Amino acid sequence: MEEKRLRILVAKPGLDGHDRGAKIIARALRDAGCEVIYTGLHQTPEMIVEAAVQEDVDGVGLSVLSGAHMTLFPDVLRLLKERGAGDVAVFGGGIVPAADVAQLRKMGVKEIFTPGASTEDIIKWVRENVRARE
Amino acid sequence: MSEKDKWLERTYGRAAHRPIRFSTVSDLELDPLYDPADAPTDYAGAIGYPGEYPYTRGVYGSMYRGKLWTMRQFAGFGLASDTNARFRFLLSEGQNGLSTAFDMPALMGYDADHERARGEVGREGVSVTSIHDMADLFDGIPLGDVTTSMTINCTASIILAMYLVIAEQKGVAWERLAGTIQNDMLKEFIAQREWISPPAPSMRIVTDMIEFCTRRMPRWHPVSISGYHIREAGSTAVQELAFTIADGLCYVAEGVGRGLAVDDFAPRLSFFWDLHNDFLEEIAKLRAARRLWARLMKERFGARDPRSLMLRTHAQTAGVSLTAQQPVNNVVRVALQAMAGVLGGVQSLHTNSMDETYALPTEEAVVVALRTQQIIAEESGVTNTIDPLGGSYAIEALTDRIEREAMAYIDRIDEMGGMLPAIERGYPQREIAEAAFLYQRQLEQGVKTVVGVNKYQNDEERPPDMLRIDPAIEEIQIERVRRLKRDRDNGAVRTALKRVGEACRSGENLMEPICDAVRSEATIGEISDVFRGEFGVYTDPGWL
Repeated sequence: MEEKRLRILVAKPGLDGHDRGAKIIARALRDAGCEVIYTGLHQTPEMIVEAAVQEDVDGVGLSVLSGAHMTLFPDVLRLLKERGAGDVAVFGGGIVPAADVAQLRKMGVKEIFTPGASTEDIIKWVRENVRARE
Repeated sequence: MSEKDKWLERTYGRAAHRPIRFSTVSDLELDPLYDPADAPTDYAGAIGYPGEYPYTRGVYGSMYRGKLWTMRQFAGFGLASDTNARFRFLLSEGQNGLSTAFDMPALMGYDADHERARGEVGREGVSVTSIHDMADLFDGIPLGDVTTSMTINCTASIILAMYLVIAEQKGVAWERLAGTIQNDMLKEFIAQREWISPPAPSMRIVTDMIEFCTRRMPRWHPVSISGYHIREAGSTAVQELAFTIADGLCYVAEGVGRGLAVDDFAPRLSFFWDLHNDFLEEIAKLRAARRLWARLMKERFGARDPRSLMLRTHAQTAGVSLTAQQPVNNVVRVALQAMAGVLGGVQSLHTNSMDETYALPTEEAVVVALRTQQIIAEESGVTNTIDPLGGSYAIEALTDRIEREAMAYIDRIDEMGGMLPAIERGYPQREIAEAAFLYQRQLEQGVKTVVGVNKYQNDEERPPDMLRIDPAIEEIQIERVRRLKRDRDNGAVRTALKRVGEACRSGENLMEPICDAVRSEATIGEISDVFRGEFGVYTDPGWL
């Protein structure tokens, strides 16, 4: 039986324009066989969750380099739950200090990749940790 | 067969070679050696003397013997009073120009109390919502004496208006104000990606500002044509040069189209480059940039004033080259990059701090960065001789090559009808994304090395002390803004905003109406809302 392709939303919340990382990850995941939807810049948590639900994705990868991660990640987690999509795997990357990473994990963020992470590591992690939703 | 080819066959070919690709960080493959046949034969035409056309060796006759570059550290965080304290600290440590970093809400045209500002107030820069924040920011700073740079773009007109009104309140004439406002919207659509309205109306505002500054602020630089963000987004050195010069040509064409004489405003255009890791490539890029700009300004616009032909520039070491791993190594990277900038002849320089992959820099880290410049300036000896690498076969060959390859890009952009149509079809954006992706792949394949990241790693994880922005400042600032909106004369604000809207429609220069709005205590978000209503809102096409 053919394995279902994972659907991943790569999202860029916040007001900043640092999209180099998000675009590289989106392309790398696509090359690795995922179906990737990229939101573009300047998304609110509401817009991201709307896209995640509409596109019926298995995972949401958030790229945050604005320092607003402690506001944005919890909002996305909460809104996903409210929309009955609490099982979507939320992960992310950006400039996030170690102490904040630990806190975000506790809140339910599956993984945070910090500067220097390779696309290979991220692809491997997605394959092992993001499950196709029923 | 050239003498070099004979040597390649006779001697070099028989020697041992490390099994790597000998290429720049931008992936230009280099020859093992350059000789006189690789350098330009027309010394006067291609290289010449400093302070003389085509300015390859420097824009000023005496360069650093006359005046060292301006040491200008980019700073901004928290409330205006926090940043004001950092400004005073930097000036007391020997810095001689100010450079302001605004927070994301200010950069995108939202007030601190806007829903979209949540979590971002004062975090990546200083929070400025109204004229009162601007007054606090420059409290006690002699605006007539210090030069101020402000990195802001789609809301540049509003921030400049605030600066003008502050100066007025302090009794400093607008004509005396010296400094730079980034105001380069083309590179926003290409790379830095902070905007309000679509490209065409954005250009109209920029051109209004060029026109206004030409008439009212003779010591001000109304646009800083910026390659920095293009490079940070992942471009090669050649793309950085080409897209930036093409942006510059577009601004000049708009100014001329507005009826300004080229020599009346071109002398006030300045540039801003990235200084990346590849030492020789960066020096060559800076030399090529000066020559290319001088030639194009002369040939395309018939500029006659030598100052119209001179590419004067600020530069910043490459933030993107810094590593979170083994952060002290960043001090070395920054020193090499800054040295390339100085050998490349920049007029102003920011050196990044070692801790900037984690957060905005601490005072300790920023002092090391500033001292790096002071050591280059006053200990290394490289400032004694102008363009000391000029005449190096390798540098001259690389300067020629980078100029040639950049010109090929500019030709392609011309074929598309210029930079504005090229941006609208996503051409530079896609070229940069492609280069960024290729570099990442090379990094992961080990074709390119980053020490501490893909080679010489160690397990020691010791993050540096970090500057933490107190989350409480967001509440403080929101309260300030709410109080202002309650207590001011809201009728006057409405009238002033209406006038800005009328100017948007009539084509009248926007700067005076915006100054009036700022005086009436209208906020950055309210004036930006007028732009949104009149000019529309641009959204990211999300090209990969």
